[in-house]
Formats: sequence, C-alpha cells, structure tokens
Amino acid sequence: MVSLLDIIGPVMVGPSSSHTAGACRLGLLARCLVGGTPQRARVELHGSFARTGEGHGTDKAIVAGLMGFRPDDERIRAALEIAEKEGLQYTFEKTKLGEEDKVHPNSARITVERGDRRSVMLGSSLGAGRILVTEIDGFPVEVSGSYHTIVLVAEDVRGSVARIATILAEDRLNIATLRLTRKERGGDAFMVIELDEAPDEKARDDIRALPWVRWAYRLDKVSA
Amino acid sequence: MYRSLREAIRDAESREISLARLALEAESKDQGRPVAEIRSALKRALDVMRGAIAQGLTGDHKSASGLVGGDAAKLRSGPPGPLAGTPFRDVLARALAVQEINAAMGVIVAAPTAGGAGVLPAVLTGLADAKNIGDEQLVDALATAGLIGAVIAERASLSGAEGGCQAETGAAAAMAAGAATEMLGGTPTQVGHATALAQQGTLGLVCDPLGGLVELPCVFRNATGAAIALAAIEMALAGITFAIPADEVIDTMGEIGRDMDVRYRETAGGGLAATPTGRRLARERLVQIKKA
Repeated sequence: MVSLLDIIGPVMVGPSSSHTAGACRLGLLARCLVGGTPQRARVELHGSFARTGEGHGTDKAIVAGLMGFRPDDERIRAALEIAEKEGLQYTFEKTKLGEEDKVHPNSARITVERGDRRSVMLGSSLGAGRILVTEIDGFPVEVSGSYHTIVLVAEDVRGSVARIATILAEDRLNIATLRLTRKERGGDAFMVIELDEAPDEKARDDIRALPWVRWAYRLDKVSA
Repeated sequence: MYRSLREAIRDAESREISLARLALEAESKDQGRPVAEIRSALKRALDVMRGAIAQGLTGDHKSASGLVGGDAAKLRSGPPGPLAGTPFRDVLARALAVQEINAAMGVIVAAPTAGGAGVLPAVLTGLADAKNIGDEQLVDALATAGLIGAVIAERASLSGAEGGCQAETGAAAAMAAGAATEMLGGTPTQVGHATALAQQGTLGLVCDPLGGLVELPCVFRNATGAAIALAAIEMALAGITFAIPADEVIDTMGEIGRDMDVRYRETAGGGLAATPTGRRLARERLVQIKKA
C-alpha cells in the first residue's frame, strides 16, 4: 500500500531517491541483520546501481545506512571517511545478479559481518525511496521497511504461529500483517511478521530460543 | 490510498469535500495515524522545500561534478526576459533552486522522487506566495499531490529507471498541476483535467542524465516540468477539459515506460547522455568525482 508520506517524501540528502535514499535504507536494513554497525561489508551492485551509483553517492548512502544514518542525515556526504574512523571495512563490486527482466534494475546484494554474526541480503530500490528486500540468507522474503518486521524460518510444526504470537503479545507488540509460506508440507516454514510497535532484541532472542526456529531477524522500520 | 483518480474525484464530489481532505482521511485510515500527525509531517516537508528553495536561490553551491549550479540565481537577479516579474519566472527559478541543491547532496523532499523534486515545491510555493495563500492550504495541496502521486505509483511508476523521466518530472508536473488547481479554487473534476493535461505533455519523455548523474538535464527538466504544470493549471482553471481521463493518461505513461528501451531509463546509454558532448562531459566530470 502506497503512503502519502512515501510520495511527499522522504526528506533526504540528494541527489537520487532511488540511488541515495533507497540505497541508504537498504544499508539500514542490512545493519539490522547483524544487530549494529558491521565490521565488514561486501556490497555487490547490479544494473543501474552498478552503472550510475558512483555519481549518485550510492556507495556513500549504503555505507551511511550500515552505520545507522537515516536518509536525511547530512553526514551521508562524508560517510566513507566516517566509516574508516568507525572501523567499518567495506568493498564495492559491480556485478550482474540475474537477467535484466528478473532482477530489478536498482538492486544490491549486501553481505555483512559483525562479531560472529554474518548475513546476506538481496534488496532493490523501487523508486521514490521505496525499497523491497527480496532475499535474506538465501530465503525469499518481501520486506518493505514500512513496518517493524520480524522474519524467521522455522520447522513446520503445529502451533508455531500461536507460540510466536504469544511471545509478541507478551511483549505488547501488535501484529499488523503476518505471512506464512513453506516450500512443502513438513518443510521449513517462513514467516514475515510486520508489527505496529518496535520489538527489542529480547523479542527476537525469545523467538530464536524456540527449539524449532532455525533463525530469526528483527528489521527496523526505515520508511514512512 | 486510492488507486484511481476517477474514484477519488467521484467520492470527493459526492461528499462535497476537497481531494485534500479525502486524501488525508484515506491516509489516516490506512496508516492508523491521526490526520493532525500527517499534516504535521507534510508541514515539515513544506519547511524543507522552502529551505531548499532559499538555499538554491543564493547560488552558493556546487554539484558533485560541477556540471550544474548557480542558474537559479541567474533567474532571480539576471537580465529580464519577457516574463520578468511574473510568477512564471519565479516558479522556474524555484524549480532550478531545489534541483541544484539536490545535485549538491543537500537536503530536499523527494516528491515524488529526488530527480523530480523541484517541480512541486516551485509550483505550489511560487503560486501560493504570488496569491498570498498560507501554509495550511499549502499542506492541503501537498496532500492532494500525494494522492495523485500514489495513483501514479500504483498504475504506472515513479521511477526513471522503470519509466523514464515522464515517471519523474512528468509525474511531478501532474501532481503539481492537480494540487495547485485545487489550491487555487478548482473543483476535483478540474484537478483531474489539470493532472491529465500535465501528464500528457510529458508522455514519452526519456531519462537520459549525463554520466547517470541527477544533474544534466535533470535540473532543467524540473524547470520545464514546472512550466508544463503551469500551462495545465491555467487551462484547467479556464474550464478547458481533456478528453482522455487522468487514469488513462497515467496508464499510458506506464505502458510507454514499460516499452521504453533500457537506454532511455536512467542508464546514461541513450538520449542526451549519449551525444558526443554528453559523453565527453560525463567522462571528464566522472574522473573529477573519483579524484575528489
């Protein structure tokens, strides 16, 4: 659903809503996967991101997002220098993530590492600053960053949704949307839960502690 | 939010309310946020827009490549043309101003995108200041513009990489035309005609920035986009109607965008970017950016 404030906004550092603001938001979400500013990041740019990213500050914006800067933060301009001081090592590569008609023209694969945590995220910048994360650690997802989101992969056991809903309710979190998909009966179930309130790391840890949950991530709301 | 301008116009007219109010109520319902909160977010956007205009008009800024900057100030204080002293020239200056600030990595409001960010603030604040219209009505106008933009996002695209410049400055001109028409007393039906008139004037417009940078021709496309919006507003308020409904014009824009060769969709592979001068300038300037 398109929001008025996505259209009249975001307030952002120029020059491109897709290549700068959207790129920053992708960085912000990748940061969430390791729970803070990564020590290492490998960014693979596809399509128009690869062809015209440099002149749009796409590199600066993604690195800024990885450090937790929002799209309207004027520190984006100096993000690469700040990253050096903060100890964030990054590399940028131009690549082809798939055929032109399969992968959105503004896409990036971001691999982040922090301590013993490592994650890979595939996301696209759809225009007007809107983004869509389409893959996390090899699993297909759809995360727009318009909500606080928990994504998890669990074994396909009875009552899994109820158990997770209870944990969220105990933390006073209201579910806005919940999508459950699985590849086959008895196979891994994939859940994307969008929440009205921001969950803390505890909610994620509680879910992660369930014996049948393979992994779980907490992603911030990064769009209006 | 609405996916059809026809439906929005029908609802607004049957309830005898403005499209702005309709949009604010729909957004409030969709997002579960009070109207006052949405209005204050739009007011903040308005303040940022005014800030970028003021900063851009000083002419004291440079883009990443140095290709653009300082032209807004020329319209403000340079030699007069036939339109000197009119809101038309003022609107052009404001559109250049915002886009020059955007190119300089300054703070702007992407409305609908950063590449088309100059049109809406220029047209709305330029006409509001000329007609002594206050911020409350400008906030309403931004809501109407948002509604039109949301319909375009759903039916077509707001991305140059997907639909060319018709989806960026073209969409911005359609939003500005519709919103300003309502701000100046037009009915929802007139808003529809203004939107259609502006969008039709940009159909087929390619996205061909030199070196892929949101600089040239983007800065000037915002000024010409604003001019198209002004033409649409003047015609719609005069009672001129456009036979093809706005929704269908928007659908057409989407269709043309999908059929547009990838060279004309922000890749710098065609159009002005591929001219001998365009290629030379891009080469020289990109080297300069890498050195900086």
